Amino acid sequence: MTEKCLCEPNEVIIFSCAGSSNVGQIANQAAIKLTHGGVGRYFCLAGIGGHVSGMIESTKAGKMLVAIDGCSVACAKRTLEHAGFQIHEYVQSTDLGIEKNHQFHVDPADVERVSDHIASLVSKRRGLQ
Amino acid sequence: MKIEILGMGCANCNKLYQNAVEAVKLSGKEIEVTKVEDIKTIMGYGVLSTPALVIDGIVKVAGKVPKAEDIKEWIK
Repeated sequence: MTEKCLCEPNEVIIFSCAGSSNVGQIANQAAIKLTHGGVGRYFCLAGIGGHVSGMIESTKAGKMLVAIDGCSVACAKRTLEHAGFQIHEYVQSTDLGIEKNHQFHVDPADVERVSDHIASLVSKRRGLQ
Repeated sequence: MKIEILGMGCANCNKLYQNAVEAVKLSGKEIEVTKVEDIKTIMGYGVLSTPALVIDGIVKVAGKVPKAEDIKEWIK
């Protein structure tokens, strides 16, 4: 697959946890769905935690940071804040009534619930900007 | 010291390259400035926004075009 040029600005940057639970995997899938839907661009949270200079500097160029966590452990939020980034929109999958378990079953309806929620938040914020 | 400009050849990439060359001239040092246009190599730096400027393997800026005076400060 041909990669497109990276010179277009990433207005909305999306990070998610990809934790070892159903809700972590739902968060990850929601970030991918939002990227495919053109809401924003999925960036690598591990790159932030690993202090990868390219990831850090690319994130600084973003206009709006979105974080999606699976649960209240809030690893994505904590990782970004630890690196000094301000999160503009945020949700935990469990906030939307999805129960956490460790069976990794991802219901597409749950992914849609999380991605729709974030898409709505981003849309509202864009309206304010 | 080595400076690399990551970008696929757009106007901003070329501008950053010019600014980096000017910064080197202002510094009076002999520093190699090279363009990296291969996207696989660019992504190997973890860069998701171009243009980007790399000094000795460390990405100093991505998705922006700093002025020559700013770049000069990084190569002191």
